[in-house]
Amino acid sequence: MPDLLKVSGLKIEATVYPPGEDPQRVTIVEEVNFTLEKGKVLGLIGESGAGKSTIGLAALAYGRGGVEITGGKVELNGEDLLSLSKSGIRKVRGARVCYVSQSAAASFNPAHKLGDQVIEATVRHGLMSREDARRRADHLFDVLGLPEPKTFGKRYPHQVSGGQLQRAMTAMALCSNPDLIVFDEPTTALDVTTQIDVLAAIKHAIEETDTAALYITHDLAVVAQISDDIMVLKSGKTVEHGSVAQVIEAPREDYTRALVNVRSIRHEEKQDQSEHFFEMAGIDAAYSGGVKVLSDVSLHVPKGQTLAIVGESGSGKSTMARVATGLLPPSAGSVSLGGEVLPPALKQRSRDQLRKLQLIYQMADTAMNPRQTVGNIIGRPLTFYEGLRGSARKKRVQELLDQIEMGSGFHDRYPAELSGGQKQRVAIARALAAGPEVIICDEPTSALDPLVADGILKLLLDLQKQKDLAYVFITHDIAIVRAIADSVAVMFQGELVRFGPKSEVLSPPFDDYTDLLLKSVPEMRLGWLEEVLASRKMSAGGN
Amino acid sequence: MTTPETTSFAGIRRFSARFPLASRILERLLLSLLLLFAVSVMIFGGIEALPGDFASTYLGQSATPEAVARIRSELGLDQSIVTRYVDWLGGAMTGDFGNSWASGQSVGEQIGKRLGNSLFLAFFAAIVAVPLAVGLGLLAVRFRNKLPDKLINILSLAAVSLPEFFVGYLLILIFVVTYGAAVFPSTVYDSMSLLDRLNAIVLPVATLVLVVLAHMMRMTRAAIIQVMSSAYMETAELKGLGALRAIIKHAAPNALAPIINVVALNLAYLIVGVVVVEVVFVYPGMGQYMVDAVTVRDLPVVQACGLIFAAIYIGLNMTADILAILANPRLRHPR
Amino acid sequence: MRLNEIPLTAWVGIFGIVLTLFCALFAPWIAPYGETEVVGDVWAPASSAYPFGLDNLGRDILSRLIFGAQTTVFVSLASTVLSFALGIILSFIAATTRGWVDTGLSRLNDLMMSIPTLIFALVVLAALPQTLTTLILVMAVLDSTRVFRLGRAVALDVAVMDFVEAARLRGEGTPWIIFREILPNTLSPLLAEFGLRFAFAILFLSTLSFLGLGIQPPDADWGGMVKDNKDGIIFGVAAALVPGGAIAFLTICVNLVVDWLLKRTSSLKGGRGDA
Repeated sequence: MPDLLKVSGLKIEATVYPPGEDPQRVTIVEEVNFTLEKGKVLGLIGESGAGKSTIGLAALAYGRGGVEITGGKVELNGEDLLSLSKSGIRKVRGARVCYVSQSAAASFNPAHKLGDQVIEATVRHGLMSREDARRRADHLFDVLGLPEPKTFGKRYPHQVSGGQLQRAMTAMALCSNPDLIVFDEPTTALDVTTQIDVLAAIKHAIEETDTAALYITHDLAVVAQISDDIMVLKSGKTVEHGSVAQVIEAPREDYTRALVNVRSIRHEEKQDQSEHFFEMAGIDAAYSGGVKVLSDVSLHVPKGQTLAIVGESGSGKSTMARVATGLLPPSAGSVSLGGEVLPPALKQRSRDQLRKLQLIYQMADTAMNPRQTVGNIIGRPLTFYEGLRGSARKKRVQELLDQIEMGSGFHDRYPAELSGGQKQRVAIARALAAGPEVIICDEPTSALDPLVADGILKLLLDLQKQKDLAYVFITHDIAIVRAIADSVAVMFQGELVRFGPKSEVLSPPFDDYTDLLLKSVPEMRLGWLEEVLASRKMSAGGN
Repeated sequence: MTTPETTSFAGIRRFSARFPLASRILERLLLSLLLLFAVSVMIFGGIEALPGDFASTYLGQSATPEAVARIRSELGLDQSIVTRYVDWLGGAMTGDFGNSWASGQSVGEQIGKRLGNSLFLAFFAAIVAVPLAVGLGLLAVRFRNKLPDKLINILSLAAVSLPEFFVGYLLILIFVVTYGAAVFPSTVYDSMSLLDRLNAIVLPVATLVLVVLAHMMRMTRAAIIQVMSSAYMETAELKGLGALRAIIKHAAPNALAPIINVVALNLAYLIVGVVVVEVVFVYPGMGQYMVDAVTVRDLPVVQACGLIFAAIYIGLNMTADILAILANPRLRHPR
Repeated sequence: MRLNEIPLTAWVGIFGIVLTLFCALFAPWIAPYGETEVVGDVWAPASSAYPFGLDNLGRDILSRLIFGAQTTVFVSLASTVLSFALGIILSFIAATTRGWVDTGLSRLNDLMMSIPTLIFALVVLAALPQTLTTLILVMAVLDSTRVFRLGRAVALDVAVMDFVEAARLRGEGTPWIIFREILPNTLSPLLAEFGLRFAFAILFLSTLSFLGLGIQPPDADWGGMVKDNKDGIIFGVAAALVPGGAIAFLTICVNLVVDWLLKRTSSLKGGRGDA
C-alpha cells in the first residue's frame, strides 16, 4: 500500500528573543523521517522539549508562534504540503488533515455552539451539506459515547465537562472524514478515570472511520494502547522508531529503555504502622463560601514512613495539605505532631511548630522567589529558625546542596537559571534547612518529566532513611504510590474511601471507587486497554 | 428551621441561579445607585467638612459678624447638615439645585441649557472618534509590528502626552488665524440653525477627538490582540478557514465585548475633556459653567455640576459593565 | 543591563527629562532675565535677545519658561511621590492582609474613582484655600486612587504565588513579606507606573493652572503661562503655545521612557532574576 504520509528530512527552526540579547535562531527538530499508512496510528513520544508537538503541527504545515519549517518534505498522498500556496494548504487543513489539541476547553470558541463548530470546517470546505454534516456529527457524538448525542451539539463549550470537550474536539476532527488526524496530548489534562473513557472513545472512533493518526504524548503507557508504531524523540531528533511491540518489549536504545522502565522503583513497605506520629483526626473543612470540601477525614503516619494520599481533582487531597499547615483551619477535628496538638490556624502556631512541618509544592517555579539566589532561598530558614548568619550559614547551605546532589556552583544562581528538576531539588533543600520532622509533598513530581521525577523520588527516599522523616505525599499517580508509600489513603469527593497499609489498600477486595481508579491507570503493556474494557463490559453485563 | 431572612436569601440565590444574566445586571444597577448616593454624600458632606466658612467667603472682605450671621440664616447654613443634605438631595432629584450664590438665579435652569450644549459636543466627538479609533486599532493589528503599527504607536504616544488646551490653541492658530477656515470663539445660542451650530463646534470636536482617540485606539488594539492570540483562533486556522471568515465568525463575537467596554470607558473620559475644551473655545457648556463657579466659589453650582458629571460618569461605566455582562456567553447561556 | 540596549526613543526621553531637571535646578543662574521682570513691549515677537518673545505683560518667555520648570516639576514630582507612597503602602497592606481591611480600602477607592479626577479636584478646590500645600495634597490624594488600584492588582498577582505562601508558612511577618518577597517582584511595573503618574501629574497641574485653579500668579508655571497668554492666540501671537509645547515635550519624554520600561517588564515576564 502506498504511504499516506511521508515525512522526510524535516527541519524546524524557531527564533527566540532572550531578554537583553540579540534574537537567536534555534533548531528544534532536525532530520526526522517517518511514513504512515492509511488507517495506522503512529505514536510520537518524548519528554518536554523533544519537539513532538512541533512535528505534529508540521503535518498541517503549521508553525506555532515564531516556529518555522525550514527543511524537508511533508508529503500527503504524494503531494508536498510545504510547497503548497496559502489557499492550497487551507484546503488541506480541516478537510484532509485535522488537529485535536491538549486543551479543548481553550480551543473551542466560547461564543458558538459545539455542534456548529464541529461541522464548520466540513461545511466550509464544501465536503457535505449542512444537514449531512449535522447527521454525521450526531453519529460521531454517539460513537464517542457523549451523552444525548442528538442534542449535545446544541450546547455551548462552557456547558459540558472537560472530558466531553476533548471528545467533542475529536468529533470535530473526524467530521470531515480526514485522511489523517493529529492528536496532541488529548488526554493529558484529564483525570485518569476520565482519561480511560476518552482513550477508549478515540481508539474506537479511529478504528471505525479507518483514519490514520499521529498520536503525541509523553506517556508511553498511553501510546502503547493506541498506536501501531512508536517513534521516540529526544531534543528534536529520532531516538528509536519501531512497532509498538518492539519498542515496549525490546527497546534498542538506552533512552527508550529508561522511559519503559520509569517508575520501577519499588519501596518495601514498613511493617509497624501503629505509631500516630503525625495525625489528622476527624477533619471537616469548608472554604469561605461555605462549600464543604472535607468531611470526617482521619489518618496518621509513623515517624520515618510515607503516607500517600491519592485522589483525582476535586477529591480534597490538596485541601488536606492546607489544613495540615494551618492555611485553612478545619471546622472540626485536629492536627497533631509528635503527640502535641497543633493550633488550627497558621498564625497561632509557634515558630518551632512551624519548623517541624514543611511543605514542598507542585510547581517549583512559583514556589521560589525569582529575585532571590539559591543561597538565599535555602539560607533563609537557617537564619529564621536557627539564627545562622555569614560563613556558618554558607557552610550549612553548601552541605544541603550536597545532600540534594547539586554541586557548589549553585549558591549564587537564580531559580530561572535552573532546570525543572534542579528547582525541585532546591525546594527540597529549603524544606530540609528548617530541620523538619514531617514534610508534606503536594504532587512534587507531577510537573516533571518521568525520568527527572524518578530522580526526585529516589532523593526523597534516601533523605527519609538518613533523617527519619515522615512524608505525607499527595498525588494522583498510582505508580508513585506503589513506588514510595508505606500506607495509602484514597480520597474521593472530600471523603476518605480507604486507608491502611499499602499492601492492603492496593489489593482486593476493593470498594467500587478504588477498583475504578486502579483499573484506569494505564499499564505499560500491550492489550491493557482491551482487557479493561472487556472486564467492564462483563461486569456491566453481569449486573 | 427557617427564619424569614434565610428564606428570602434562598429566594435571591434561586433567582440568581435561574437567571444569572438578569441578576448580574440588576446587581450592577443597584451598585451604581448606591455609588451615586455615596457620591452625593461625598460632594455635599465633603465640602461642608472642609475648613473655611462659606458665609465669610461669600461676603468677601465686607464680612462683619452681623452680616455673616444674616447670610448664614439666609442661605440656611444655620440648620443642621443632615436637614440641609436631605433638602438638597430631594431638590436635586427633581432638578432643583437651589439658587446660585453669585447670580441668584436658579441653578437647575441654567444647567439644563448648558448640559444640552455639552452633550451635543460630546456626542459629535464620540461619533467621529469611535469608528476612527476602532478602525485604526484594527489597522494596527493587521500590520502588527510593521511600519503602520509602529507609526500609530508613536503618534498615539505623543497624542496622550498633549494637554487638551495645547491641541485646542494649536488648532485655533492654524485653522482660524492662519487659514480662516473655522470660527472662534465657538459660541452657540438658541436661535442658531443646526448647520451653524455644527460649524461652530468643528474645532472643539476635533480637539476632543484627538484627545480621546489615542487612548481608545491603544486599548482597542490590545483587546483585539488578546482575542487573536487565543487558542480558538489557532483552531480556526487549523480548520483551514480563511482569514476573513476567522475574523468575522470567531474573533468578532469575542472582541466585541472588550471593544464596547473600551468605547464606553473612553466616553466617560470625554466628560473630563469637555471641561477644558469648553474653556479654551469659550463654549457655553457645563464645564465652563463649573470652572467659573469654582473660581468665585459659588458652591450650589459646583455641587450641582459635580453631581451631574459624576452621575454621567457612573452611568457610562455602568453601561460598559452591563454590555460586557450581556456579551458573556457563560451568563447568556447558563448551564 | 547595558547602555546600548536602551532604544533611541528612550534616549530622547531621558535627554528631555534631564534637560528639564537641569533648568529646574539651576533656573536663577541660567535664566537670562528675572521671573517677573518686565523687559519690553507686550507680546513683543521673538528676537535674538528674547528667543521666544515676550508675554502679555512684557516679560521674557524663555526666562519664565525656565523658572516655570521649577514650579511645574517640583509640584508634579512632590504630588507624585506623595501619591505613590500613599497608594503603594495602602494597596500592599490591603493585598497582604486581605479580609475586611482590603474590602474597606477597596470600596473607598472605588468610591473615590467613581468621580472623574478633574471634577473631584474642582469640587474640592472650590472649598479649600488656594495654597501650594493644598494643591499638592489634593493632587496626591486623588491620584493615589490610581496607584492603589494598580498596586493592589500587582501585589495580589505576586501575593498568591507559592513562594509568598511558603514565607507565610515559615512564619515570616508582614514587613518581610512585603519588602523581601513582594516588592522586589513588582519593581518594574511600579517604576513604569511612577513615570506614567508623573506624566499625568504634569498634565493635571497644567490643566488646573490653565483653569486658574492651580499655581497662582505671579509665580511662573507652564499651565498658568498658557492662561496668561491665551488671549494673544486670536491675534496670531503664539506666546501661549510655547509653554504648552514645553508641557507636551516633557510628558512625551516621560512617556517614551515609560514605554520602554513597560516593554522591558513584559519581556522580563519569563522571570529572569537579574535586573
